[in-house]
Parts: sequence; structure tokens; C-alpha cells
Amino acid sequence: MSILVNKETRVAVCGITGKAGAFHSNQCLEFGTKIVAGVTPGKGGQITASNIPIFNSVEESVTNEGVDTALIFVPPMFAAASIMECIEANLKLIVCITEGIPVLDMVRVSVALEHSNSRLVGPNCPGIISPGLRCKIGIMPAYIHRPGPIGIVSRSGTLTYEAVWQVTQRGSGQSTCVGIGGDQIIGMTHLDVIKMFNADPETEAILMVGEIGGNSEELAAAYIKQHVKKPVAAFIAGVSAPQGRRMGHAGAIVSGKYGSAESKLTALRDAGVAIAEVPSKMAEALCSVYGR
Amino acid sequence: MNIHEYQAQNLLKEFNVPVPFGRVVFSGDDYQAILEALHFDKVCIKAQVHAGGRGAGHFKNDLGYGGVKIASSKKEALDVINSMIGNTLVTEQTGNGGKIVHKVYLAEPVQISQEYYAAILVDRDLRRPVLMLSTEGGIDIEAIADRSPEKLHKIIIEPSMGLTISQTKELADQIGLPMEQARELSDLLLQLYALFVAKDCSLIEINPLVLDKNGHFLAIDSKINFDDNALPRHPDIVKLRDVEEENPNEVEALQYNLNYIALGGNIACLVNGAGLAMATMDLIQYHGGQPANFLDIGGGANEEQITRAFRIILKNSNIRGIVVNIFGGIVKCNAVAQGIVNAAQTTSFSLPMVVRFEGTNVEEGKEVLKSSGLKITFANDLDDAANKIVNLCK
Repeated sequence: MSILVNKETRVAVCGITGKAGAFHSNQCLEFGTKIVAGVTPGKGGQITASNIPIFNSVEESVTNEGVDTALIFVPPMFAAASIMECIEANLKLIVCITEGIPVLDMVRVSVALEHSNSRLVGPNCPGIISPGLRCKIGIMPAYIHRPGPIGIVSRSGTLTYEAVWQVTQRGSGQSTCVGIGGDQIIGMTHLDVIKMFNADPETEAILMVGEIGGNSEELAAAYIKQHVKKPVAAFIAGVSAPQGRRMGHAGAIVSGKYGSAESKLTALRDAGVAIAEVPSKMAEALCSVYGR
Repeated sequence: MNIHEYQAQNLLKEFNVPVPFGRVVFSGDDYQAILEALHFDKVCIKAQVHAGGRGAGHFKNDLGYGGVKIASSKKEALDVINSMIGNTLVTEQTGNGGKIVHKVYLAEPVQISQEYYAAILVDRDLRRPVLMLSTEGGIDIEAIADRSPEKLHKIIIEPSMGLTISQTKELADQIGLPMEQARELSDLLLQLYALFVAKDCSLIEINPLVLDKNGHFLAIDSKINFDDNALPRHPDIVKLRDVEEENPNEVEALQYNLNYIALGGNIACLVNGAGLAMATMDLIQYHGGQPANFLDIGGGANEEQITRAFRIILKNSNIRGIVVNIFGGIVKCNAVAQGIVNAAQTTSFSLPMVVRFEGTNVEEGKEVLKSSGLKITFANDLDDAANKIVNLCK
């Protein structure tokens, strides 16, 4: 088992004819992901070098190939429209890798998501991988992963790899890793993913990687305190980040007392989460509360 | 992206938000002629720099006043302009170095009967724009929230509807405005939101927004920031960029799609990914060192970008060592290595350097560096890298 993806997950890659889209589709295919369609408007009817049929719209890929999941590499100015198209096609899961989508575009997307059955991972994220299912919907280097019982959720890309690598090097492995993305406005949050890990019988322990800003980590901490019996460890990046470089004064007000590394660490400690004081000790912190 | 107050005031005017008459004066203009042409005698003179706290700031060549000064005559105004332009203004936001004033804004003074604060921004947790209004203005918003949170009103905006007249009217009622003024404030706020959406702003802050002696609303001082991600669709806004106000290294980095922020320490960092870059800085500090910069080379950096990145971090004369931390995914370790070698050939630096490679093409990358003849200390992992560079820089 795994969260968000399963053996039947059928993926369309939006922007498959671009450089990144083409390269990573092949990487995912090699790993074992069922990439069954590509979507590039105007190129419908063509076939990629790896024999994937291309469609003009997401809807067509659903009708013809039974697609239920999308992986988006569309350039930032058009990516929100692509996510909207996936929501309209009623896809179960949308993973958006694209970095640099305008914030107000994402505001509209997140309202559409609230009224849909779709889940969005990202944008500006490495994607999702389930090593045991051989399912990778993203851009992470596959070789650092190993099937196992640890669920990993993170806002960052390369820092997720760091966490994964530490777990793998200790001889353990991952049930599912979800990179939720570093943007201001994202789809699934730490809390959404942790709820799913908590319900997943094959995830025995959870490693959460956060950063300064927003209140995603605080909300997750409150839920963990109430509902999660599985061992949880966390690291928060940005303890040393300079104060002056955040958004203008008003931004700090809306977040109120939330947002600082201090506030996040306090909330997590209070929820009984094992804290990695430094990023090199993420797996070690997890081992302190989880014996395997 | 930030712009100056005079540019923000012009944008407000374009969107029919009432602002006092104002005119920008650049270094080298005919100050006398500009002053003569003004239709008023008392002049409010405001230094134009990208930093808050101007009024409470001070000039390096001390003038006895800060970056905002009301002159009671055109003769005095000329003195003030001459003293401000070319002088360095230090505020709580500029750091000790301060900022050189290249232009000032001349505004018609307003007789104020009541001050307010208004702002629109995106609340990341609500995932929607919010409008904030306080019946206390002129001081900074943190103080308002601290001292009198009950005076801070907040409206959540549904993006599909936009800010609505019923929302703004209700707000005007709540703060007890009579009908005429309620209508004026309501119109003003609707225009502010129109500007916010039309230009992809990340923040509009009017502080103070005032009610003048004649009972009309005016935006006296404004600050507008734009969403960098949306700039490609706003060429008119990009033209407002004033690179003189920005750190030249940060401007150069931006040209090569590098995310660089100058900091106060002496250990230069080159990392892929914002989270890992932050984590690397955290570890340097944990081991007793101070990072000289934040540098995320991004997801798809090539050899050319790495070479540029190296040249940029080397421009900081404070640095005593460099740490490179790469967890290759899309970024390939051998490309980073080649970029380092290229930069070393053209800049001949002799600082200690610690390199930690992991991920895509890690062995090839190490090989490129080993055969280059450069003096490099390799690190086995993240912690080792931070520890080694801190020791080398002691």
C-alpha cells in the first residue's frame, strides 16, 4: 500500500513535448510508472519517442487511456490553466512540478480545488514516489529510495532527497514520499499528507520536513498531538534565515505569531514529535522514537 | 519587486485613487524651476529609497531631520532638496550603511483630520486576498496590531467575486463613517483591489490613508510590491524597476536565474534547492560560523550558470571560504564541478573550499575536481561539509 497512488494509477504528462517533460517522463517510465498519455495542445495524434500517445486535451487522455493522474511540466504562465483543465477533467491526483506560477493564478486554482474531488501536489515540488509500488510521479533521483515503512512529507525538493537518503543509508526505506512544494499557495499541506500517512497501514513512522513561513507545520502539529499514535520526527529549515527578508510588514501581521522556526518547533515538541536540531540528523531523530 | 513611493502614487492615480499633488525630482534637475512651478508654498519633501522608516531615519551628513521634511517656503525647500540628494539616509530597514538618495518626491501637504491604515495582500493560509483597514494610521502596522488589535478590520476576498460593494460598505459602517464618506472610502477600496488584481501585486499598503479637513479621503503614502512570478505579463511594471536600489550582486544573479541573497557572514554557500540552502546555512551557524550569502542555483542549473554563480559569490570581499553542497537530481554534479573549474581558471581564487556532492553523476563530479588541481576538501555528508568549512575559516 501507499498513499495517493496505487498499482492502477494511470498518468498523463502535461507538457510532455518540452525538454523537462520529455526527460522526466522517460525517467518515470524506466522506474515503472504507468505513463499512458501525454498532453500538448496542437500535437494530438502524435506519438513520443517512447511510444506514448499525445492528446490535445486532458479530457481526451481520460476518454482514450483511462488517465486518473496528471504530472504537469507546463511553463509557469500557462501552468494554472493546465491545473484547471485537470480539475475539470475530474482527475484524482494532479502533481505540478512547475516553478514560478503567479500567486493570484494559484489563488484561483485553490478555490477551484475546494469545489472538486481532485487533489493537488505542488506546485514547485519534486512530486511523489512510492518505491514499493515502483511508482514515481516527479523528478526525484530514483536510486536514493528504497521500499520501507517511513512516510516522508516535505516542502523542499533537495532537502527531501537529503531526508530520503539518510533513511535509506540507515537500512530502512520509504512507504511514500510527498514533496508538497515551497510556494506560498500550494495544494496538499503537511496536515493533509500526515492524515493519510496516519491512516495508511504500511506507513509505520512519519518524517516531516518543514520551513519557516506560513502555519502549515503548526496545523500539522495540532493534529499529531490529538490523533497520531505513530512515531513522528521533524526538521524545520530556516532557523538562521534573516528576519528582514520576509514579505512587507502586513504579511507578518496576518501570520500573527505563526511562521517563525521557534513557533513551529515549540508546537511540534508539544505534540511529542522528535526534533532534528540539524538537517544531518533527520533519520537519527526518527530512530530515537522508532525502533526499526 | 519593489518600487518607489512616487511610482506607487502614480499607479494609484492611474486607478483613480485620490492622492495629493506630487512631483518627483531627480538629481541634476533644475530644482529652482520645479519649485517655482508648484502651485503651493509649503512643500513636503520625501527621500525616495526602497526602505521603510524614512521619517524616523537620519542622514549620514546630519541634517537634524530624517527622510521626510516639511519646508514652510520654497526657499527652505530648495535647501532641503540640495541637502537630501546625494546624502545617505540610514533607517531601521537600510542597515548601518544606509542608502544614497538619488531622488526626492515633492508633495502638497495635507491638513489631516483622521489617519487610517489600509492594505491588501494574499493570506497564504486562507489562500485568498485579504483587505485590512485600521482606524489608527501613520504608525507601523505591527504597533497597531500590538496596541489596538480591535481597531484592525479584516475582509477576506473571494477571488471569483472580487471585493464587493457590500463588503466595503459594511466596513465603512463598522468604523462609523457618515454616508458621503462611507461611499468615498468604499470606492477607494474597490479601486485598490482593481489595481491589486490588474498588476499582480503582492502587497498594497496605504499608510496613512487620511481624511482631510474637507472630509475627503487621500492616500498620503503608499507602498506597492509585485509578485515576481507574474512580472513576465507586466512589462510596464518591469520598467519601474530601479536597479540602483538593489544589491548589484542580487541583480546580476537574477539575470542568470540564480536566487542570491547577500548576508553578513564570511562563509560563501553554493547549494541547489532553497530548502537545502537554508539547511546548509543553519548547519554553518550551528557549528559556529556565519553564512555570507544564501544561494540557490535552482533546479536546472548548467555549467554556465554555475560559473556565473561562483563569480558572484567571489565579489564579496568578506568571504574567507566557500562551501558547495549539491544533492544532484536534475542538476548534475559533474556540471557543477566543471562550472567551478571554469570559474577558478578566470578568477584565480585561493580561498579554502569544501565540496559535498551526492546524487546524479556524483563520481564523475568528484573526478573533474580531483583532476583539476584545485585545492579542495571533500566532505562525506551535510554535517561534515559545514563542520569542515567552519574550521577552515576560523
